[in-house]
Amino acid sequence: MIRLNDISKAFNQGQPNEFWAVRDVTLDIEDNRITVLRGPSGSGKTTLLSMIGCLSRPTSGRILLGERNLSGLPERFLTQIRRETFGFIFQRFNLIAGLTVLDNVMLPAYPLAPDHGALVQRATALLEQFGMGSKVASKVEWLSGGEAQRTAICRALLNDPQILIADEPTANLDTRLSQEFMTIIGELKAAGRTLILTSHDPVVSDAPCVDRVITLRDGQVQAD
Amino acid sequence: MSHFLRRQRYLIDFTLASLGRRKGKNLGLLGVYTLIVFLLASVMLFSQSLRREAGLLLENAPEVVVQRMVAGRHDLIPAAYLERIGKVRGVAAKYGRLWGYFYDPAVQANYTLLVPRDQEIKSGEMIVGAGIARTRGLGAGDYLTFRSAQGQSFAFRVADVLASDAELVSADLLLVNEADYRAFFGIAEGMYTDLALEVRNPQEVRKVAEKLSVMLPDTRPILREEILRTYDALFQWRQGIVFVLLAGSLLAFVIFAWDKASGLSAEEKREIGILKAIGWETADVIRMKFWEGALVSLGAFLLGYLAAYVHVFFFDAALFAPVLKGWAVLYPQFRPQPFVDGLQVATLFFFTVFPYTVATVVPIWRAATTDPDAVMR
Amino acid sequence: MHGSSANARPHRPGRAGTVPLLLLGAGLLLFTVTLLDAAWRGNDTALASSRQLVARLGLTDLALFTEARYTRHLSQADRHTAFQDHPLALDHFPSGSLVPPPARLRQP
Repeated sequence: MIRLNDISKAFNQGQPNEFWAVRDVTLDIEDNRITVLRGPSGSGKTTLLSMIGCLSRPTSGRILLGERNLSGLPERFLTQIRRETFGFIFQRFNLIAGLTVLDNVMLPAYPLAPDHGALVQRATALLEQFGMGSKVASKVEWLSGGEAQRTAICRALLNDPQILIADEPTANLDTRLSQEFMTIIGELKAAGRTLILTSHDPVVSDAPCVDRVITLRDGQVQAD
Repeated sequence: MSHFLRRQRYLIDFTLASLGRRKGKNLGLLGVYTLIVFLLASVMLFSQSLRREAGLLLENAPEVVVQRMVAGRHDLIPAAYLERIGKVRGVAAKYGRLWGYFYDPAVQANYTLLVPRDQEIKSGEMIVGAGIARTRGLGAGDYLTFRSAQGQSFAFRVADVLASDAELVSADLLLVNEADYRAFFGIAEGMYTDLALEVRNPQEVRKVAEKLSVMLPDTRPILREEILRTYDALFQWRQGIVFVLLAGSLLAFVIFAWDKASGLSAEEKREIGILKAIGWETADVIRMKFWEGALVSLGAFLLGYLAAYVHVFFFDAALFAPVLKGWAVLYPQFRPQPFVDGLQVATLFFFTVFPYTVATVVPIWRAATTDPDAVMR
Repeated sequence: MHGSSANARPHRPGRAGTVPLLLLGAGLLLFTVTLLDAAWRGNDTALASSRQLVARLGLTDLALFTEARYTRHLSQADRHTAFQDHPLALDHFPSGSLVPPPARLRQP
């Protein structure tokens, strides 16, 4: 369970161009559910998502992950929690160009330094599970949008995180691939994971597997 | 493998895979870097080796040479001076030396004519250094004709050629007997080029020199330790000159390397953001960059140093021996002995590896500490 | 090549660091070899015949720079010998190496 308590986030605080991206958001996100944050661009959903995923800190308010208060933790611990608990799928996939699919998928495990053979095995198994077995040695810039998406999912899953975070995952996909993606998301939920997505794509928010849609506008929660 | 080593290995894998993406550019950088190290290391090894050799060889030079000065110029010294020196305490032996130069217009080379003290050479014969033999294409039995000081032609028969492994001290030597020497240059009996004194106890050399300058005010003594110091300074100075000449290219490389290492492209910044977002710590990113700098510079250092070692000690420093040896026509052919000074190698290592690594790591510091959520925006 | 059959062992691509690290290791090894080589050969045994010649003939200088008398017998020269020998002789003083001799001396 993730608990957001009166979360606000300001950019350029104290300067003339001060801007509050998120204001007084209080939310509970339950485990093993698919939660979608919906809203127009600039509504603060990505900012909120990055705070949930320990990528940034709220200006005020508290975030509780289970029993743990994330707000006061120093960066090193945040990184550790991020690595162990969260997997990220970014809007533009954010794969590292020039490296192979396998290298990209293995990257999150590098700081943990597992045995190389075991790591290759784990990454290869994941890629095969997502139908990417034949692309293991390809460079990521040669992949189609759907393949890049699946590579990004494999990378997010490598450290076996409890919570998966996806920011506008279907923005660069056509309808068929978007639906395919939502099927995968449904399967991940069935496997016991918690998923938090942002999107303004109806394919995402209307998907049958989605448990809850939260609408944001101007940094505030509108209605469930 | 311990956890620590495994982790470094992963970081090295990543940084090398990243470098591999711009293979041409990075190999080019490595090449230029290696070339700089090669030049510096070659100069260093060559000069160091010559310095050591000069020191070892000239250890056997006469302890004191006495030159007569006339109006500020080196002049012949009468044999009577030997008697005037008489019995100075500490002088084990004293003798007059006969040597001089002869300019051979045929090959535009300067020879050093010398009369050996303890070797009989027949009249009309000479022993030549290996350098002369090579330049003039001479062997034992060949004749060489020179014009003497009086304009007469003197034909000398080559009796022998000096050992070629002693070329460093004897390339331009031409040994003749005393009578031929005096006749050829027109030097009167009882005159010598200079005097040499043997002093057994090194502590007494300075005392002897002091006594000589009182006894023979128109002479100057040249001590062996001064000779050794002259050569010590010479190679340092020659090395210094080459370093100054190299400084320009070195500076250009520093600017290039600084720009390459420190100028973070937007692409690189984005990648650092991605790495941080997927769970890399700031320290991991910095370590990864450290390895990039350390591996590139260490690689360049090793390549450059090894190439220089082979160049100097196996190819006789062929590339710039002419520069270091001067503008002489007669080059001694010799293979420098591999004398390596650990401190110099350490200095070279420090000045080639350290700055580049720092230039790689420092700029990453700021980029690595930015918030990871930058990739979401 | 890869993923072609289900029962194949997992694909084990070469790690990017392997070859460069091996090369670096070889370089370090060779580096050590040069130090050993220098320690082994870097002595005066090869100089024995030169040393003997120096002692026998009472030589005072190296035959490195034979172009002029003040460079051939560097230690025997005085400060004023420059430009008196070979017309093309270059001075061994710093300024002499940077400035060519006067033009009239360069005429044959």
